[in-house]
Amino acid sequence: MSYSMIERSTVPLTKEDFASDQMVRWCPGCGSHAILATLQSIFPRIGYKRENFCVVSGIGCASRFPYYVNTFGFHGIHGRATPIATGVSVSNRKLSVWVIAGDGDLMAIGGNHFLHTIRRNVDLNILLFNNQIYGLTKGQYSPTTPFGQVTKTSPYGTIEKPFDVGKLVLAAQGNFYARVVDNNTKLMGDVMYEAAKHDGTSVIEILQNCVIFNDGAHKAIADRATAPDRQLILKHGEPMIFGKDNNKGIRLGSRGLEVVTIGENGITEKDILVHDAQQQDAGLHNMLADMHWPDYPIALGVIRSVPSPTYDELLEKQMIDAKATSNIKCVDDILNSGDTWEI
Amino acid sequence: MTKKKFEVIEKESVVVKFVGDCGDGMQLTGTLFSDTSAMSGNDLSTFPDYPAEIRAPRNTVAGVSGYQVHIGREVRTIGDKCDMLVAMNPASLKANLQWVALGGTIIVDVDAFVDKAFDKAGYASNPLEDGSLSSYHIIQAPISSQAKEIAISLGMDIKDADRTKNMYALGIVAFIYDRDLKILFKQINDKFKKSPKVAEINIEVLKAGYIYAESIEAIESRFHIPTAVLPKGKYRNISGNIATAWGLLAASERSGRPLFLGSYPITPATDILVELARHKSLNARVMQCEDEIAGICSSIGASYAGSMAVTSTSGPGLSLKSEAIGLAVMTELPLVIINVQRGGPSTGMPTKSEQADLLQALYGRNGSCPCIVTAASSPSDCFEMAYNTAKLSLEHMTPAILMTDGYIGQGTELFRIPKVADMPSITPPLAKAKDPNYKPYRRDEKTLVRQWALPGTEGLEHRVGGLEKTDIFGAVSTDPINHDKMVSNRNEKVQRVADYIPEQDIIGEDSGDVLVVSWGGTRGQVYDAVKNLQKQGKKISLAHFKYIMPLPKNTADIFAKFKKIVVCELNDGQFANYLRIVHPQFNYIKYNKIKGIPFTTTELINTFNQIF
Ligand code: SF4
Repeated sequence: MSYSMIERSTVPLTKEDFASDQMVRWCPGCGSHAILATLQSIFPRIGYKRENFCVVSGIGCASRFPYYVNTFGFHGIHGRATPIATGVSVSNRKLSVWVIAGDGDLMAIGGNHFLHTIRRNVDLNILLFNNQIYGLTKGQYSPTTPFGQVTKTSPYGTIEKPFDVGKLVLAAQGNFYARVVDNNTKLMGDVMYEAAKHDGTSVIEILQNCVIFNDGAHKAIADRATAPDRQLILKHGEPMIFGKDNNKGIRLGSRGLEVVTIGENGITEKDILVHDAQQQDAGLHNMLADMHWPDYPIALGVIRSVPSPTYDELLEKQMIDAKATSNIKCVDDILNSGDTWEI
Repeated sequence: MTKKKFEVIEKESVVVKFVGDCGDGMQLTGTLFSDTSAMSGNDLSTFPDYPAEIRAPRNTVAGVSGYQVHIGREVRTIGDKCDMLVAMNPASLKANLQWVALGGTIIVDVDAFVDKAFDKAGYASNPLEDGSLSSYHIIQAPISSQAKEIAISLGMDIKDADRTKNMYALGIVAFIYDRDLKILFKQINDKFKKSPKVAEINIEVLKAGYIYAESIEAIESRFHIPTAVLPKGKYRNISGNIATAWGLLAASERSGRPLFLGSYPITPATDILVELARHKSLNARVMQCEDEIAGICSSIGASYAGSMAVTSTSGPGLSLKSEAIGLAVMTELPLVIINVQRGGPSTGMPTKSEQADLLQALYGRNGSCPCIVTAASSPSDCFEMAYNTAKLSLEHMTPAILMTDGYIGQGTELFRIPKVADMPSITPPLAKAKDPNYKPYRRDEKTLVRQWALPGTEGLEHRVGGLEKTDIFGAVSTDPINHDKMVSNRNEKVQRVADYIPEQDIIGEDSGDVLVVSWGGTRGQVYDAVKNLQKQGKKISLAHFKYIMPLPKNTADIFAKFKKIVVCELNDGQFANYLRIVHPQFNYIKYNKIKGIPFTTTELINTFNQIF
């Protein structure tokens, strides 16, 4: 298992050890700053030696990320962060590989790679910065922009239904999906830590605010004042209770998930669903990912975390088995295999 | 049976083509014939001629499958025209008659020459009766009926019995060319290892064909083909695609860098992916990716992480990889890109061969974006060129494109088996852990090569990417002077590879009237044509190029000593145009063919003759 294979640092590292000498060039107030700071502080907690982290990105505002982290980093091309990271991960299982990319990068130009990476369960941690807009190219709609939104390239409103990241991940047979908001760095850090411990593709969708081109896109659920009533923070093994009075909960009714109030209509805590992130069947995870304000609170935290063999591990196993059983031990063996003759 | 006396005719080489419906087993028949010939000591070259469709309608021209074999004392091509065509149905005859030499022998399965089949093949009348084949020696053999009868009598069911007809045909050919039956039987037993009964019946059918040939009047002579004059050694038959795969494995073993292949199936390059996927015991990590772009991008990631990374493709796939090749150029990582060229543009002619991707390989990217470009000259040469291309890429930290083509990729020839330990060593410039002086873009003064710093190595943490970087330090930069310097560094680094490739060789005198210039997979035909004219006393020589970017350092010196230079290639003049850019002081005559098929030696001889 990758997590257990990676060599740990013998000296305690700090957040500063992961800060590079490059000036951070995101707009002031951009949600990306908090994500960077959180990852830099989580790396020491994960505890690997600094050189065993590798951060890979595509193209977009988010993708400048590797330059700011003092470890190995690869800034790729648009849409291709996941295949590049796959090559890194498969080549060296003793690395902790992190993919940083935005919604345009991963859902549009890189959409196909994203799905196949998840399907293969390559050992990667993907941070998907979802700001529902193209930032670096200055404000065009993305595959996650809500239907009807006016942007530079949709002056009459978009006429495309957006992708739902969580449902896409689960449809691709994803084993780890979590969702966080950029203003809750405590939860973000915990989720990153969980993702690191999970072997295989972990997707963390970060609802990130682009102050310049899509300010407030997530305001309805991110606003601290209203967050307790609008966010359901999931914890494995705990009941799905939320609300500023801690009296709202999610129940599985005959027509799917229902928001109920404990103490009303005879509802008790026993009626409330207990979150099981490790459930093999993704049905309930899908329903949780599909909850949207104002009908539901938005589900945050680790929605699904199910252990499953990784691509990297299966490949290595095949190599070990082949070495044990094949007659071909070196290239000379192949050259001389089959029909040969002397002249 | 009374033994007939046969005239035995000595022939330097013969070309035999087996053609039939794609279910008729022509590939197997051809392979058995060629392998047996090789093991009896002949030199050889083969080429499979598949239909573009997997299973086209039966008995139509679109569904014809063929296998051409050229055997002899010294063989470099699959031969211009066939001395013998074995046609299992009218459609295959129709599609291949143009390739039979006038006066050549055509063996037909007369049982398949029936009205219905003429219709499907597009014949208005029976070609065996309407006089259209009067320039050929026709042997009308009852191939399928005889084969079926024997196979059924030995207990085979009707359907399987019908499929033994190729063995009957092979028996006839084996008799005419005096093939060693013991070797042939052993081959059949090996092929049908899992069902000895099937092997036995096939052998019996083959024997019957052999005896048939011995008994009929239409066959009066047999041929003796002399054995090859080749350097001593251990040999095997090999296709270009397999040789490419093995050359890469050898480079991986010698460099100590595990092989990673990210690829996507595409004709005619797929065999490389298929072959490498078999060799997990040699640390070959092979990913069949979701597309061409993922193929190259996963390889770039693998290269960054320290693998000997390869991506294999054909023309349209190379187009898709263009942007990512630029990324590998910019990050200055080793990466081997194999392009098995096919007929283009667009989807073009996937099963046909040409050399029209050269300018794409040299220039088909945004920005000033140099790659090493090499080309293999024959099926067996793919081994050495794959090895050398990987060596150059690994040692010079830059992507290298190896150009082969469908013709040499799928064609086979004899291959003298080397020892991996005898191949030149490969030493990638790995950075050392905790090297306090390590900087991502610090370069070796002589080669301008940067170091390869692998993730997981202490003290070498650094960032690379597609954005322009500062010289030495590798910080993101749009500084004009720095960009100018980095562009020239990358170009100059590739130019300096010229110090590490062999000088261009010349076949023939190093001065004269005509210098023939060619590159890549056309060597066999061009070599034979030039040799032929040299024997006639013409002052003609050949410079066949395998290193294209950079060109060998002595290229201009060679060119200067000839009155005329003719550049022949299977495209519309791309290498000639490139030479005009690099060495504009010479006049280049072009000879081009862009029909999806190789040159013939005859057409080249005629062309060169007109140039003197
Ligand atoms: S444009 Fe938006 S996403 Fe990009 S850096 Fe500025 S605020 Fe952040």
